[in-house]
Amino acid sequence: MKLTTTFSALAAMAVAGAASAEGQLNIYNWGNYTSPEMIEKFEQEYDVEVTVTDYDSNDTALAKIKAGGHGFDIVVPSGTYVPIFISEGLLMESRPNEMENFKNMDPQWVDVEFDPGRNYTVPWQWGTVGMTVNTSVYGGDINTAGIYLDPPDELKGKINVVPEMMDVMSTAIYYMGGEQCTTDKEVLKQVRDKLVEAKQHWLSMDYGNIEKFAKGDLAAGVNWNGASMRARLQNADIAYGYPIDGYPVWMDNAAIVADAQNVENARLFLNFIMAPENAAMLSNFAKYANGIVGSAEFMDADLQDAPEINPSDELKAAGVLSKTCPPEAQKIYTAIWTELQK
Amino acid sequence: MSDAATTRATRSRWLLLAPALAVLVFAASGPLLIVLIYSFLTPGDYGGVVWSLSPDAWFSVVMEQDFFTEEIGFADAHLSIFWRSIKLSLMTALLTFVFGFPTAYFIATRPREKRDIWMLLIIIPFWTNLLIRTFAIMELIRAEGTVNSALLALGIIDEPIQMLFTEFAILLGMAYVYLPLMVLPIYASLERFDFTLVEAGYDLYASRWRVLRKVIFPLAKPGVIAGSILVFVPSLGAYVTPRVLGGGKQLMLGNLIELQFGAGRNWPLGAALSLTLLAIVMVALILYVRAAGNEEVRHG
Repeated sequence: MKLTTTFSALAAMAVAGAASAEGQLNIYNWGNYTSPEMIEKFEQEYDVEVTVTDYDSNDTALAKIKAGGHGFDIVVPSGTYVPIFISEGLLMESRPNEMENFKNMDPQWVDVEFDPGRNYTVPWQWGTVGMTVNTSVYGGDINTAGIYLDPPDELKGKINVVPEMMDVMSTAIYYMGGEQCTTDKEVLKQVRDKLVEAKQHWLSMDYGNIEKFAKGDLAAGVNWNGASMRARLQNADIAYGYPIDGYPVWMDNAAIVADAQNVENARLFLNFIMAPENAAMLSNFAKYANGIVGSAEFMDADLQDAPEINPSDELKAAGVLSKTCPPEAQKIYTAIWTELQK
Repeated sequence: MSDAATTRATRSRWLLLAPALAVLVFAASGPLLIVLIYSFLTPGDYGGVVWSLSPDAWFSVVMEQDFFTEEIGFADAHLSIFWRSIKLSLMTALLTFVFGFPTAYFIATRPREKRDIWMLLIIIPFWTNLLIRTFAIMELIRAEGTVNSALLALGIIDEPIQMLFTEFAILLGMAYVYLPLMVLPIYASLERFDFTLVEAGYDLYASRWRVLRKVIFPLAKPGVIAGSILVFVPSLGAYVTPRVLGGGKQLMLGNLIELQFGAGRNWPLGAALSLTLLAIVMVALILYVRAAGNEEVRHG
């Protein structure tokens, strides 16, 4: 918020005084997610005035961009929303794959299902859904969704599950041997029964759990890697597990809005964030990984070898990139989710 | 008054009413109409609605087709959530009454110049944001929170009592937040109360309990009913309190509606559920009007 105000003020000054900058760039991004240092660097390098505006959910961003008249050039939707943005005609086919810094993009992030070959989008940050466990309470294997679905006695009653339907459903489906977005009734029945049975051992289904993990109110739970890492920095007993049967991987991606006013600056920006030193600035700020090869050496020391963003190869292979499930799957998941919380 | 004068008077009355009417029609009825229309449409694939009529949303408010057996039956999950919301709201109203009535009585029996100070103390919490008050309650009742730490230090308990993330926590949070809404109307009806009636009661050999039941309470009743409605209605639609203090494990109506517009991507069902909530509130209000109406007849 403060960031936005500062940049808005700067932008206003630029308009008021003789416009000294080459041009402008309006970025629409998740709150507390854009490195101010990186923006400053971009402004200086290209003599562009940048304005950053926040949103709090993909749905908010989608609704606002769809409504038009927003004046934004760059938007940063999650992978699950990129196909919706594209099919609604909201993104420009800006061909990042022909840009100079495209060579830095990690090959595993090039042919993604939500934007094969990267004709529209560039990686911003990516993360995983896994298990946060206080290892002083439970010393067993934490790389399994059994932590919250078949909880060991030590953890019962001290588990938090983030109330994010798709993340929790997906992890449970993989644990029961199902595929992403499955509509297989046998699997889903098992998933439902397992979730309903496990719920009695959960303490809460809540966001904002960093403090509670750090202080010991919670001992385990379904969580995001960045949040888990922040809890570990306050309490060294906290560890992050990657469920071996499969876990969701998400990526937020920068793209140019279809009716952008400052297309050239937006292209410069996409190319800019694919440079390793700039991508590293993003990670240092948001504490998640980026999709750019060679950025690690520019990262802060605590990020470089953080287990929360550097899984072993075996565990890394279990990650499943989240995609948008078809409405018929969504409908069943909502029914199960409602029954779980009734 | 001549016809022309009457017409003029009527016209100016309408003109004066126009801004308020416009606000009511466009700002209240307009959105409500959209909600009503949406509840009869088909959900869009990725949120939003498709413009084809469908009764499905209303059907699934109380009925459901089991995905596994394909049997049609009552929507057990929705009905449990309705029931939890109504139950907790009624209990909140009862709890605020139990604490609010003596408070209001106490204030009404203070000397006139002192009453304002007491009222101020009741109103002060209203100056703070709801979310902050809710988090304050959370800090008090957490496992490592103030209450548990104090009880542990005093040796009353051996291990922390799990209070947070229970129905008790939701109830406590809602009662705390809505207490002033109960105290104010009861105070308003007791303030005008003629306390010589109490003396008259004692003179006629009525016991304390009998005076309370037969003299004070009937005259405070309009305030109690108004207060109950004022507490019941917002409790029914409560969203923040169940989410923060209930730990999100158990939904209330407000949370169920939010789910449909968010991850559930079923806007028509969300709209139908919102209107169902509205209907429950309407029923409560009709009961209130009836009860208040009877009261006037008896005293009038």
